Amino acid sequence: MNTATIINARIINPENGYDEFGSILIESGTISDFGPEVKAKGQIIDAQGLMCAPGLIDMRVNSGEPGKENRETINTAAKAAAAGGITSIVLMPDTNPVIDDISLVDFINRKAENAPINIFAAGALTKNLDGSTLTEIGLMSEAGALMFSNGALPITNAQTMRRLLSYSSNFDCLISTRPIESSLSINTVAHESDFSARLGLSASPAVSELIIVQRDIALAELTDGKLLIDLISSSKSVNAIKQAKLKHPHISCSVSINHLSLNENDIGDYRTFAKLDPPLREESDRLALLSGINQGTIDVIVSSHDPRPAGEKRLPYAQAASGAIGLETLLAAGLSLVADKQLNLMKFLAALTCNPAKLLGLDSGRISKSAPADLIIFDPNTPWVCKGKDFLSKSKNTPFDGRLMTGRNMKTICKGKLVFDFSN
Amino acid sequence: MTYSKNIIDNVFGGIRPASRALDKAATTIQGWYDSGTIPQKHWAGIISAAKAFDHSLSSEDFFPKQTTKLGAFGYPFKKIHCLSIGDFNRPDIETLLSLGEHYLDLNIQKNPNNRVLKGKTLVNLFFENSTRTEKSFELAAKRLGADTISMQIASSSIKKGETLMDTAATLNAMNPDILVVRHSASGAPALLAQKVSCSVINAGDGMHEHPTQALLDALTIKSVFKKISGLRIAICGDILHSRVARSNVKLLNMLGAEVRLIGPKTLLPTEAKTWGVSVFNDMKEGLEDCDIVIMLRLQLERMSDALIPSKREYFHFYGLDKEKIAYTKKKTFVMHPGPMNRGVEISSEIADDEQISLIKKQVETGVAMRMGILHALSVSQDNNK
Repeated sequence: MNTATIINARIINPENGYDEFGSILIESGTISDFGPEVKAKGQIIDAQGLMCAPGLIDMRVNSGEPGKENRETINTAAKAAAAGGITSIVLMPDTNPVIDDISLVDFINRKAENAPINIFAAGALTKNLDGSTLTEIGLMSEAGALMFSNGALPITNAQTMRRLLSYSSNFDCLISTRPIESSLSINTVAHESDFSARLGLSASPAVSELIIVQRDIALAELTDGKLLIDLISSSKSVNAIKQAKLKHPHISCSVSINHLSLNENDIGDYRTFAKLDPPLREESDRLALLSGINQGTIDVIVSSHDPRPAGEKRLPYAQAASGAIGLETLLAAGLSLVADKQLNLMKFLAALTCNPAKLLGLDSGRISKSAPADLIIFDPNTPWVCKGKDFLSKSKNTPFDGRLMTGRNMKTICKGKLVFDFSN
Repeated sequence: MTYSKNIIDNVFGGIRPASRALDKAATTIQGWYDSGTIPQKHWAGIISAAKAFDHSLSSEDFFPKQTTKLGAFGYPFKKIHCLSIGDFNRPDIETLLSLGEHYLDLNIQKNPNNRVLKGKTLVNLFFENSTRTEKSFELAAKRLGADTISMQIASSSIKKGETLMDTAATLNAMNPDILVVRHSASGAPALLAQKVSCSVINAGDGMHEHPTQALLDALTIKSVFKKISGLRIAICGDILHSRVARSNVKLLNMLGAEVRLIGPKTLLPTEAKTWGVSVFNDMKEGLEDCDIVIMLRLQLERMSDALIPSKREYFHFYGLDKEKIAYTKKKTFVMHPGPMNRGVEISSEIADDEQISLIKKQVETGVAMRMGILHALSVSQDNNK
């Protein structure tokens, strides 16, 4: 399908707030025209009046490949992503072996060639994620690593963090680190609150996150590094970042869809499928995160897709693995919040399209002439029940199992090709 | 070193008689008279002309005399120590460079009658390993007629727990005239200079300065380009740990060159841009239009922990090879203070290319420049007595 036209679409471009009915003409993988006046050519894709937006970009996806293919392979992750309306994913480096060398970046790139969607590698910040030895950031960046991350592990040493920010800025690389003060958070499994105390779970306070958020903001100011604070979870962090952004535009942050949708009460009677890292916090934190998106303080929403087989999850709460899958619920969970009027549709989509595209230097994530034809057609209103067992992901550990959702992805088009169609 | 005045006045009886006797324009003679020196190519003519005036001159009369005043632009050279480039003003630097230039002539440099340092003792006090600097000073001092000794620190009392101040006091009691000091701690030679009564030359202190290296680099550049002012000079690599870079920035700035620093951010001091230089993190941008590229050694021994990920990555982005030197888009010369890490900051194809590498010439110039420095300090010492 070299030429195709999406007709009867409500075209949404979060980059500039464009919202109009019309058609989108796709020629050889790129958008060649769009708007109400566009004449249909080639294959016709009828959107039936549904919304058509740029394909989502998920900056934080764990697959199990290489090393833990029983959790997820790059192939199954790609299929799940396409079903969820995601057209680009960035794979985290915490695999086995760790993606800390150009040959491993090449491995991901080769796997990506045959995938239905765009797959990018994030390089490790430190060798084997040891938190102290710098990796070949420049060479990996040349090999195609889009950003650099230490996976789930924080950089505990401030001197190392300073050097990472400083060194990576030579190559204008984005580095993403988890805000965790290890000495406060080690061996904890929940958010420190009345609730976790009643459950008798060891807990880390929200300031554990705040301390490192503030340290890294100060270091980013010192070094001019391009910093992404990865997965914030508390209202304190939102406030600190809001202040920092007034002075320093290089600072950005991300939040997972789980922390926008759930709070600590969802762990209820030790539901390990809602055991996450960072832990789910209080309702006030969730509301602060939502307003962080609505006000533009939080740049990016991620799925933080972390597939775990039931064997790693069905354990006593303290022993169970953290993490949840999210590729197939990311859009739906967000649209449910939009339907509940908790989230602004344009801001929600921007945090999943043009904002991550800008941070990663991608030319997708927008609807404009000559942009890649990575598009999704979704119904913002259709109700459905989330069932983990129906998911394409190899692992089924979703915290949304049994929940009522509003809105779902109907069609995914990546590089001009229809890669997912719900009606089939 | 104004010997020309004596010759012109005492032998010929003034500028005009000398002009007639030598068949040179009076302005030429006036030039010699003012500058204090006479170019070597005229010496033979002057010696034979002097015979007619019943004066027997020899080439020795053209060597600067210890007792004579030293200086450029009418400012006498009065410095006793050579600790930092910042201690010298522009006339001092010109004096030192012209003395260095004087000794570049091997006929002068290796003249066995050099007596400038006759009867003086130079002590090489190297707390850090060195081959070229130490031997260069030793040779320079010997060629000027001095006695030299080298302290073997590895076998000395430092290893037995003596402090720097005690070593200084001990050495001072032996009455040396010039101490050449290298130390791993920034500021150590300056501390020594306060406690001893002889001249102290800083031969490299920690990450602070290496003034004699900067002077010999300037002399090398001057002997190739005949000028320094207006040249675009890039200093590349491990600036953070480099004492050579700190001295070179000061000196080349003073002499009117446009200095650029190029290196990864982790190897550049945070506030380097306030040094009067332009700072670049990318070789391609930084090397554009440079006349000289000074490569620095990656000082792995001074790095407490990893500032760069690997030598492979460092060479890929910052190692000078044929491809990167083409970024200058013009004829460029390469310098390196040595010792080189081949394949880390410089490729062998550059280091060994006689057309562009001045690295061997730097060593050669080093001896002449150090003779000049020793000469100047010694004269100034005598004048101070």
